[in-house]
Amino acid sequence: MHSWLPFEWIAAGRFLREGRMQTASIILGVSIGVSVIVFMSAALTAQQQNIIHRVLSAQPHIVLLPPKEVARALRGGPGAEAALVQKPFQRVRSIDQWQRILREVERMPAVTAASPSASGSVLAVRGEATRSVSVLGIDPDRYFRIVPVPEKIVSGQARLGSEDIVVGIELAADLGARVGDKLRIVAASGRGATLSIAGIVDLGSKGANQRTTYVALHTAQALLGLIGGASSIDVTVQDIFAAEDVARVIAGANGVEADSWIRTNEQFFIAISAQTIANTTIRFFVALAIAFGIAAVLIVSVVQKSREIGILRAMGATRGQILRVFLLQGAALGLAGSLLGSAFGAAAILAWDRYFLAADGTPLLPIDLQGSLFIAAALLATLTGLASALMPALRGARLDPVTAIRG
Amino acid sequence: MAEAVLELEGLRKAYGVGTSAEIEVLHGIDLTLGKGEFCALMGPSGSGKSTLLNLIGLLDRPNAGRLSVDGRETSKLNDRALTALRGHHIGFVFQYHHLLPAFTALENVMMPMLLDRGRPNAAMRRRAASLLESMGLAQWRDHLATNMSGGQQQRVAVARALAMNPSLVLADEPTGNLDTKSAQTVFDLMREVNRNQRTTVLIVTHNHALAAQCDRIVELVDGQIVNDRRVRPQQAAA
Repeated sequence: MHSWLPFEWIAAGRFLREGRMQTASIILGVSIGVSVIVFMSAALTAQQQNIIHRVLSAQPHIVLLPPKEVARALRGGPGAEAALVQKPFQRVRSIDQWQRILREVERMPAVTAASPSASGSVLAVRGEATRSVSVLGIDPDRYFRIVPVPEKIVSGQARLGSEDIVVGIELAADLGARVGDKLRIVAASGRGATLSIAGIVDLGSKGANQRTTYVALHTAQALLGLIGGASSIDVTVQDIFAAEDVARVIAGANGVEADSWIRTNEQFFIAISAQTIANTTIRFFVALAIAFGIAAVLIVSVVQKSREIGILRAMGATRGQILRVFLLQGAALGLAGSLLGSAFGAAAILAWDRYFLAADGTPLLPIDLQGSLFIAAALLATLTGLASALMPALRGARLDPVTAIRG
Repeated sequence: MAEAVLELEGLRKAYGVGTSAEIEVLHGIDLTLGKGEFCALMGPSGSGKSTLLNLIGLLDRPNAGRLSVDGRETSKLNDRALTALRGHHIGFVFQYHHLLPAFTALENVMMPMLLDRGRPNAAMRRRAASLLESMGLAQWRDHLATNMSGGQQQRVAVARALAMNPSLVLADEPTGNLDTKSAQTVFDLMREVNRNQRTTVLIVTHNHALAAQCDRIVELVDGQIVNDRRVRPQQAAA
C-alpha cells in the first residue's frame, strides 16, 4: 500500500487486480477498439490528404474574378421597356483595383498566399501544328507558393522571363516541341508573341497537361490586351475546408466573384465530406462498444463486490469514496486499453507502411504516426471509461449497506 | 451507572411502511448501555436482533424513537454525518468476518483509519500492527485474508473493529461460525479489549455459555425486550 496513494486509488487498483481475468479481457477489448480507431483514422486521414493533395496542389483554393457582366432591362424610357434581355458574353476583363484587393486578401490570417494572374484562350502554333490552349500569365514568386510548378517540371525549368513559356507535357508532345523550341502564341484579337519553351510541366491530369501554358504576367497582359490588369487573383487558405467561408468574406468585402474549390469541385467535396462522416460514425460506434464493454464489466464488479462495498460503508466509507473507486476503475481500464490499443495501432501502421507497397517500392498509401491522434485516442478511451463507469459507480455508491452486507 | 455510550428510547422499525405488507419488527425498544459494559443480545431467529444491531450501527434508520451514540442524537443527521459518526465511534464484527479479500490482514485492519484520513501513513501501520499483535497474529500481517483460518480471520475482524478506538463495538454472532476453541479465543480477546480499554461491547449470540460470561444479557422476543438482567457486576478497567 503506497503511502502517497489515496484510498480510492488503492482500492480501485486492488479490485482490478483481484479480477485479473476480467480486467485483462476488457483491457484487450478496449485496446482492439482503440487500435481500430487509431489505424482507421490514420489511414483515412492519409487517404484524404493524398487525394486532396493530388487535386488541390495543381489549383488555387479560391479564385477571385471580376463580377460577371449583366445586361439590365431598359426602364424609364419614353414609354418603352425591353421585352427580351439577352445575356451578354463575358469578356476577358481586369479586376477593378486588383492591387488593393490583393494586398487586403494577403493580410487576412486565413490566407496563406495570393497571386494575380491574367489568363485567356490563345492558339499555340508550331509549324503546321496548332492547338487551342489556355495561357496563364503569373507572377512566379507568388504563384509558385500556390501551385508548386517547379516541383512538377519534368524537363527544363520553371523560368518565366518575358519571352519564356512553360507548357504542359501533353501539349509539348502534341506539338512535337522540346525545351528551347520556339512557340508562336496568338490571341483571338490577333496579338501574338513568339516565346521560347523554358520548361515542360506534368500537372497530373491529361486535360490540364494538354491545355495549360504558363507565361510571365506582363507577357500575358500584352497578349490579352489587359495592360496592367489581372483577370483573376488566385488564393490559398490555411484550412481548405474553410475555403468557401473565406471566399464569401472576400466577395462580400471587395465586390468580386470568389469561387472556392468547394464550389468548383462540389462532387469531390461531397465525397470527402461523406468519407469524414463515415469515419466519425465508425469511431462513434467503436467508442460506444468500448463504453458498453467497460460498463458491463463494472456492473458485474459492483454486483460481485456489493458485500465489500457494504463493509466499507459500515467502516466509514462515504458514498463519494465508493463512487470514486469505481469511476477510477473505469478510467484506468480506458487508459490502459488505450495505451495498449495505441501500441497495436502504431504497429499496424508501421506494418502497413512496410509491407503494402506500390509497384515502385514506395508505400501504397503512406500513413504517418501522428502523436496527436494517439493522445486523442487515449483521451477518448479514458473519458469513455470514466463516463461508462458512472452508472455502475452510482449504483455502488447508492447500495444500502445492510442489504449489501447481507448479500 | 457509568456514562451512557448508547441510548435507545422507544425505537421502532417497520418494513413496507404504507403498504398492505407493512410489518413492524421492533416495537419500541428502550435500552441504555454504559461505558465499558459487555452486553449479550439474545433471542430466537426473527426476533429482530440483526435489525436492532443495524439501527444501533447507524446502517439503517428507525421509523420512530431516539437513538444516541456517545451522547449524540442521530435522528436528524444526514448520511454523511451518520457515516462519520459510525466511522469514528462504532466498530463492527460480523458473523462471516467480512474481510476484504484483496487486502492483507494488516491492510484490512488499517482500512477504517485509511477511510477516515484518505491516505495511509506510518502511524496507521503501527497501530494496525500493534492490534494484530495483540490478537496473536503478528506473523500473519502480510497474508491475504483468504489464506487464513476462520478463527484467524475473525481475530483480524476484531482488530479491524478496534482500529479507530471506538467507544462501541457491535458484534453480530462473531463466534457463530467458529469451533468452540476459536470461539472462546475470539470472545476472550473482545473481553480483554473491553476490560483494558473500557470499550462498550454489544454482542449478538446464541451461545449461552458465552452469554453467561458477559456482564449483562438482554433478551429480545418478537421485537420487544422481554428480559434485561445483569449477570455479573460491570468490571472495572484493568
